[in-house]
Amino acid sequence: MRRSRRIVLAAGLLALAGGAGVLAQKQPRVIKVSARRFSFTPHEITVRKGEPVLFELTSEDIFMGMNIPDFGVRSDIVPGKTMQLALTPDKAGTFTFLCDVFCGDGHEGMSGTLVVT
Amino acid sequence: MTSAIDRRQFLQLAGLGSIGVVFGSALPGMARAAGQDDFYFVQLSDTHWGFEGAPNPDAKGTLKKAVTSVNALSEQPDFIVFTGDLTHTTDNPVERRRRMAEFKDIVGALRVKDVRFMPGEHDASLDSGKAFKEFFGSTYYTFDHKGVHFIALDKVSDPRALIGDEQLGWLAQDLAAQSKDARIVVFTHRPLFDLAPQWDWATRDGAKAVEMLMPFTNVTVFYGHIHQENHHMTGHIAHHSAKSLIFPLPAPMSQPKRDPLPWDPANPYRGLGFREVEAEDRGTRFGINEFPVKA
Repeated sequence: MRRSRRIVLAAGLLALAGGAGVLAQKQPRVIKVSARRFSFTPHEITVRKGEPVLFELTSEDIFMGMNIPDFGVRSDIVPGKTMQLALTPDKAGTFTFLCDVFCGDGHEGMSGTLVVT
Repeated sequence: MTSAIDRRQFLQLAGLGSIGVVFGSALPGMARAAGQDDFYFVQLSDTHWGFEGAPNPDAKGTLKKAVTSVNALSEQPDFIVFTGDLTHTTDNPVERRRRMAEFKDIVGALRVKDVRFMPGEHDASLDSGKAFKEFFGSTYYTFDHKGVHFIALDKVSDPRALIGDEQLGWLAQDLAAQSKDARIVVFTHRPLFDLAPQWDWATRDGAKAVEMLMPFTNVTVFYGHIHQENHHMTGHIAHHSAKSLIFPLPAPMSQPKRDPLPWDPANPYRGLGFREVEAEDRGTRFGINEFPVKA
């Protein structure tokens, strides 16, 4: 009786540990990115290939966008809101992210670098 | 002395590839329509009036030189189109209007009075095209000229570079009235295809417009934005970008950033210019003749 209870408890713990493992795998790393005319902070971001990340995007001034063309993802960045952009990079390399919402004289230079190792 | 090249002379030379090119614009088999004539128009683009900076020490003189050159063409075009970024952007609405007024005054010296204007993002993206409309009218429109149906699209009044559902609906309605072999020319500031997305030379919904145009056999697109000549096909539709009249930009993805090419004192105005576009009566191709800006 006592033995079987121990087995049940151990199985339960294992299941919990397994579940937490799965949960940890699915939980993306949150990376905060702030945009203001005409720069991103940080302007260089390093992530690992296959690592799920969630960019939390905010604007310090006007309506902007963040676009990572090589991965086909983008998001508006609306002042007063925290926007989310999910990415799990499937290739390594150095890529550009940029503002794709015209924001004034300097917009054309508003970009950053995403390094995927 | 005029620097103009007679357009007939150009067309003769174009076949030799010496000073210009004639692009097939996927208009094969177009029957000659009664009453259609040869004509040509001039495209000027990206004048960025109000810009100041090292890439063009003669920013206040370049547009005026282009106007003088167009006026010197031995045979004047039927009309002239400016494909956007007439002015350089500013946060100040008063200054924006001042630049537009000055631009309008300068191009008012063109001998040809049929002049069509389109906005670029520098003109329209910060105020949804409000100032542009005050000075130049609607940001998108159509007109017909000697058997060719011209469509000017606005994908800049929305700062996200979207044409938008309302305008796409308007385009669909307009195209519904055209025959499938109609001769159609589209003017747009930004490309309707993804040329270099890493430089934002791309489109969010331009592909929807291209999809609508696909059933039509005779479509050619002329645009600006990228400050250089570029020729691209999406299926049977040819897309031709024009040079700028302020500073040239590098070839797509040819360098890490899309910074303007530096001014070359030994070769001033290099990479700047305007073009003639010859619509031939058979409608089988457009001749494009590029003109430089001369000191």
